[in-house]
Amino acid sequence: MSSAVFSTSAAQGRPFVFEVEDVAEVRPQPARAEHVEKARLPQRIVPEDLKVVRLAGVTPASRLAILPTPEMVPSGIAAMDILTGGLPRGCLTEICGPASSGRTTVLLAALAAATRRGEFCAVVDAGDALDPQSAAAAGVELDRLLWVRCNDNSHQHEPNHAERHYAEHRLEQLLRVTDLLLESGGFGMIALDLGDLPPQIARRIPLTTWFRFRRAVEHTPTVLLAIERQSIAGSCSSLLIKLRPAGNRVDDQRVDFPFAIPTHAQLLTKLEITAELVRSRIDRKPVRSAEITFASKTAWAG
Amino acid sequence: MPFACIFVPNFPVAAVFRAQPELRTRAVAILDGKPPLEKVFAVNQSAGRMGITPGMTKTQAELCPELTLRPRSLLQESAAHAAMLDCAQSFSPCVEDAALDTALLDLEGMESLFGSLPQIANAMSSRIAGFGLEANVALASNPDAAMLAARGFPGLTMISSGKEAEQLGSLPIDVLFAEQHAGEEKKGADRPLETRLFEAGLLETLDRWGVRNLRALAALPAISLSERLGQHGLRLQQLARGAASRTLVRVEEPAVFEETVELEYPIVLLEPLAFLLNRLLDQICARLASRALHTQEVRLTLGLQNLAGPDNFCRTLRLPLPMLDAKLFLKLLQLDLNAHPPGAPIVKIHLAAEPARPRTAQGSLFQPPSPEPEKLELTLARIAGLVGEACVGSLELLDTHCTEGFRMRRFMPEVTQRKTAQETQPRKTSEPAESKSAVAALRRFRPPLRATVTLENGEPARVVCSKKKEVQGSVLWKAGPWRSSGDWWEREAWSRDEWDIALQNADEVALCRIVHDLLGGGWFVEGTYD
Repeated sequence: MSSAVFSTSAAQGRPFVFEVEDVAEVRPQPARAEHVEKARLPQRIVPEDLKVVRLAGVTPASRLAILPTPEMVPSGIAAMDILTGGLPRGCLTEICGPASSGRTTVLLAALAAATRRGEFCAVVDAGDALDPQSAAAAGVELDRLLWVRCNDNSHQHEPNHAERHYAEHRLEQLLRVTDLLLESGGFGMIALDLGDLPPQIARRIPLTTWFRFRRAVEHTPTVLLAIERQSIAGSCSSLLIKLRPAGNRVDDQRVDFPFAIPTHAQLLTKLEITAELVRSRIDRKPVRSAEITFASKTAWAG
Repeated sequence: MPFACIFVPNFPVAAVFRAQPELRTRAVAILDGKPPLEKVFAVNQSAGRMGITPGMTKTQAELCPELTLRPRSLLQESAAHAAMLDCAQSFSPCVEDAALDTALLDLEGMESLFGSLPQIANAMSSRIAGFGLEANVALASNPDAAMLAARGFPGLTMISSGKEAEQLGSLPIDVLFAEQHAGEEKKGADRPLETRLFEAGLLETLDRWGVRNLRALAALPAISLSERLGQHGLRLQQLARGAASRTLVRVEEPAVFEETVELEYPIVLLEPLAFLLNRLLDQICARLASRALHTQEVRLTLGLQNLAGPDNFCRTLRLPLPMLDAKLFLKLLQLDLNAHPPGAPIVKIHLAAEPARPRTAQGSLFQPPSPEPEKLELTLARIAGLVGEACVGSLELLDTHCTEGFRMRRFMPEVTQRKTAQETQPRKTSEPAESKSAVAALRRFRPPLRATVTLENGEPARVVCSKKKEVQGSVLWKAGPWRSSGDWWEREAWSRDEWDIALQNADEVALCRIVHDLLGGGWFVEGTYD
């Protein structure tokens, strides 16, 4: 007898299929004369007993629930969608990279796409770094965006506090605000902007907190997005994208002759960004590191 | 034509019990008058059994140790009166405010809405009990008969049409005069001495005739009665027979829903205050619900006990949408009071709600998710408690070229949703926008970081920023300057040169915007392109 058993990888959160080998069904044999002697021996465990002896708390694989593949939504950048298939709903997505690597560009593009879909989004900004003009230029519908600016209000009059303390305070605010927003529900996207926090501070977020966020966002239509310098959520994130600058360009004609033209005649027109898909728990196959390069143009480049 | 009457017996005591339900089991006397000449104005049954009667002085009443004395509160009485009217108006649009303790309703045509007349009477009784008042309810074919029955018989009374004289007959003759007293009390005027003397004389006359109940008065010959007592006597006889008929004087809808508690001892902590607020909010929400109304503004006024003298502390809770959830209002008020404590002991609590029509929203299966308004309001209040009210909300761009040309405003998804739905033009599809390339974003430093910039030929060559190590190094590439200025007609004038630069810092290259302040002098790093 052969049967396919659908189960779920608890670690990876995606469905897989495995085949069960042909197993002869074990049935209690009728008592025959030659077995009478054996019956007097200590009793063997029969299959019915096996069911009773089953380990407590262990669910048979056949009864495991199948987690549906999360719905993917466009990230607002076509090249990114080709690379990742979009951003998964009900999952944590990490976008990390150094300064000027295009993290905020990707964030604003995702927010713009979400607000255009008619969803309400929230940005929890640990560094109070969001530029409203950039957001508007990226196409974010500002009416649909809730902006929470973490600040140092409790330390304003304490000059002895170092920058590190401020960062810790902001981080604490970010975590509490995120908890509240996830509990409230109804947002299409909640973005955590940890881009300006030093990595050593950001790494202080306990893994249990990320697990809590992942559990809170699971089975909801919310995309939880974290922008950071280095990956800090570990295995809790379903998608990890690493960004780095591919090169910065001025007008092509002028880049060849940078010294021949005055600086006021030059213009920053676009940033080229390389995105690397480091981890994805959405695909069924183990992910291979894949890269794609795309350009983002400045608002005044037309 | 059926009429109903709601009558709250012993109204001053009932109003106090409504505000302080824990007193119901105790003997209570209500004091009126200016200290030290206070007198007992009203008592409950328990106090009456102890021998306390209206008219006793405070000193006499205080001799009874089990007795609880409370001052008469006109605010509580008016709140109880408004609650009674709300209850009446939730059953009929035609309500007469007959007295402080009496409301008359015209129930014509209401049976199709609320069921049979006994069902309406039961519902009325249970609803008024839900408002914290114990009332008598009576139904009759004319308003005066209903009022007499409500005043005379406890609980629910149904007077069948044509049997008014028979059913009202057992009532004492005093009931007729109580009705007139109540009407004059409502007008707020003291009864003239002549009227009182006339009534006393009339009662004495009837008593001498042996007329002690309505049946006896109804049985008197009309002509003889008219000869002796005039038109007033005939009017009283008509009332006693239950034959008087009139049109109700319709009351205007009160626009304000208010509740007040005057405290015996000042409250210092927020926890006991929350307990009292909860009770007041429950009462206000029940009243609003009975009128199918919600509220968009809740005003809390706390009377404070300051050394300098009495003072008021006001907080207003403005909601983006009409809501009706006492628990939500309580949480919001608690969060608000935590952020803005009153600063002195509280001796009086006044709560008012501005009524508003309930919001109408049609849900849809295919609409994108949006936060639930009540839940969101609480979440926003909690977040405001964490980061400050000015740091949470949605953005609004201002018509200026200034760097921080925006302001924060309240995040209101429901309003946005409605606005979007009302747009005549269909929403643009996301495809064309997404096909465009992404726009490079700026990450701002707030406030901008002061930097030391080394110039070569008037152009930045090296940037040193002590606050941010990532933003320093030699300039690889630069574009600019772009000069801008504005608000020169104001005190906050600004004029600056902007540069876009690429900085080489260790292995990384950072794209920054640096600014030279032309008015104040100095260089600043405004942000990084990211």
